Amino acid sequence: MVDPLPHTGLAGRAAEVATARPRPRRRVVRLQGHRAADRAYSVLTTAAAAAVPLLLLVIAVVVTMGAWPALRQFGLGFLTSSDWDPVRNVYGVAPAIYGTLVTSFLALLIATPLAVGAAVFLTEYSPEWLRRPAAFLIDLLAAIPSVIFGLWAIFVLVPILREHVMPFLRDTLGLGATPFFSGPAYGPSLLAASLILAVMILPYISAVSREVLAAVPRSQREAALALGATQWEMIRSAVIPFARSGILGGVILGLGRALGETMAVTMVIGNRQEISASLFAPGYTLASAIANQFSEATGDLQLSALMAAGFVLFVVTLIVNAGARWLVWRTGRLAR
Amino acid sequence: MATIEARALGAAAPATPPRVRAGRLSAGFGPVTAIRDITLDIADRHITAIIGPSGCGKSTFLRALNRMHETVPRAWARGTVLLDEHDIYADDVDAVAVRRLVGMVFQRPTAFPTMSIRQNVAAGLRIAPREERQHEEEAVEHALRRAALWDEVKDRLDDSALALSGGQQQRLCIARALAIEPEILLLDEPTASLDPISTEKVEQLVHTLREQVAVVIVTHNMQQAARVSDTTAFFLSGELVEVAPTRTMFTHPADERTEAYITGRFG
Repeated sequence: MVDPLPHTGLAGRAAEVATARPRPRRRVVRLQGHRAADRAYSVLTTAAAAAVPLLLLVIAVVVTMGAWPALRQFGLGFLTSSDWDPVRNVYGVAPAIYGTLVTSFLALLIATPLAVGAAVFLTEYSPEWLRRPAAFLIDLLAAIPSVIFGLWAIFVLVPILREHVMPFLRDTLGLGATPFFSGPAYGPSLLAASLILAVMILPYISAVSREVLAAVPRSQREAALALGATQWEMIRSAVIPFARSGILGGVILGLGRALGETMAVTMVIGNRQEISASLFAPGYTLASAIANQFSEATGDLQLSALMAAGFVLFVVTLIVNAGARWLVWRTGRLAR
Repeated sequence: MATIEARALGAAAPATPPRVRAGRLSAGFGPVTAIRDITLDIADRHITAIIGPSGCGKSTFLRALNRMHETVPRAWARGTVLLDEHDIYADDVDAVAVRRLVGMVFQRPTAFPTMSIRQNVAAGLRIAPREERQHEEEAVEHALRRAALWDEVKDRLDDSALALSGGQQQRLCIARALAIEPEILLLDEPTASLDPISTEKVEQLVHTLREQVAVVIVTHNMQQAARVSDTTAFFLSGELVEVAPTRTMFTHPADERTEAYITGRFG
């Protein structure tokens, strides 16, 4: 074969291709095929993206519609009343709102220092060989079904609280003088629910904190060390401030989980429709109220009241999350 | 700039006694040796430049002088570094104490992003041992003046440090290092990430600092070494090839590898 462009060998290569695949027209056809596939994928992903907010909207609409009769009947009183009486058909969720907020924030208060402390240890102090196994074990906490946490709490945590912790707090430390640790120690209580929630949200806060702490640039650490900082001073003055808004994000993730957690809380909170300042007293949360009563709700208005409790939980979660996001945004802005 | 150049080229050999003496200093990471048997004196109130191609060990040498080197996993160092006759690698010496005497500024500005300008400068003061803590307000102003940054930031000390330009941030880092009153200041390519105007400002600042502290500056910009330093050391492949007064170094290098490098034949 005579190659008209010997230095490029193009003609030769073209001839090779022609003998190997003698149907160049197919290429054009396949190009058109790609465009169709592109359009198909675009439609599919758009549909997937649209489905999620749509789902949220449908849930919101259904819950609101279901809640409407109760909301119309009781108005704002639904939020402020402590009555929950299927016999008289009067319903209010004030104790459940109170229980939800108290247990969630107490859980955060207990879990955050532990989780952040564990994350600081694992990223800054731990020997190399311990890091992965210890982090894995903490993460594993998140994989335990919440009903298992509930069972454990009933059989282990609550008896310990009743026999040892509550008497110790109330009598030995003398905290019984304050309204928060007074009254009889039944066991099932706001305190028990808060503790089990703390254990459940700990892995989330810890995992996020670990990631953001590990992501603090080496240059920031070196800058602190070069100023004569000890390791702890470096962590306190350079590492944690840099990771602050990320850690806060992890805390919010935990808060979201705590607000909505149902099973384990229902099993240990005592399920009593009452607002009590004492953490030893049994209480209720919005989620546990729904879980506890839905199967045996008799009247339409009771069902609607439970739907309304769900609606309130929805709104409370939304407000708390919005507030928390604002907090992250603000610290993040200070950090920039 | 012209005056700095004239002075640098006209500088005489150091008359002051050495403040830091590295003796047969070797350092590296795991199996890798980054610097080998470096023996070098650093004079007080004097600017020593370390030049050499990338990977020649000049940063490792610098970081071995304030024991920052050992903060990297698997780092090791052998030999001695005498700071006023005290070996900083002796068993009873605390690396933290060494770093308070030997300050360091890095290649990229490392301002603490969550802190204000004032807090950044005071960062080293706030972690100082109690007996060394000075009146913070005065110390901050003094350090910023020494770093030639005071006039630019005095009205916005409580703004975020990130509101400053890159060059200002680098001078802020120098102020932060100066605030704890170090005896020696190590600069690791302090202008590598800066534009020419900021570079000039930092160079002018370095020039004024020589009246107060011993300065060691690592640079791979030979013009910079020629402009700011009194003494220049040339590193190649982890070894010290030559050290001489800067003027001699750039006019009559003794070693042909030095000549090859400064005339731009490699590196």
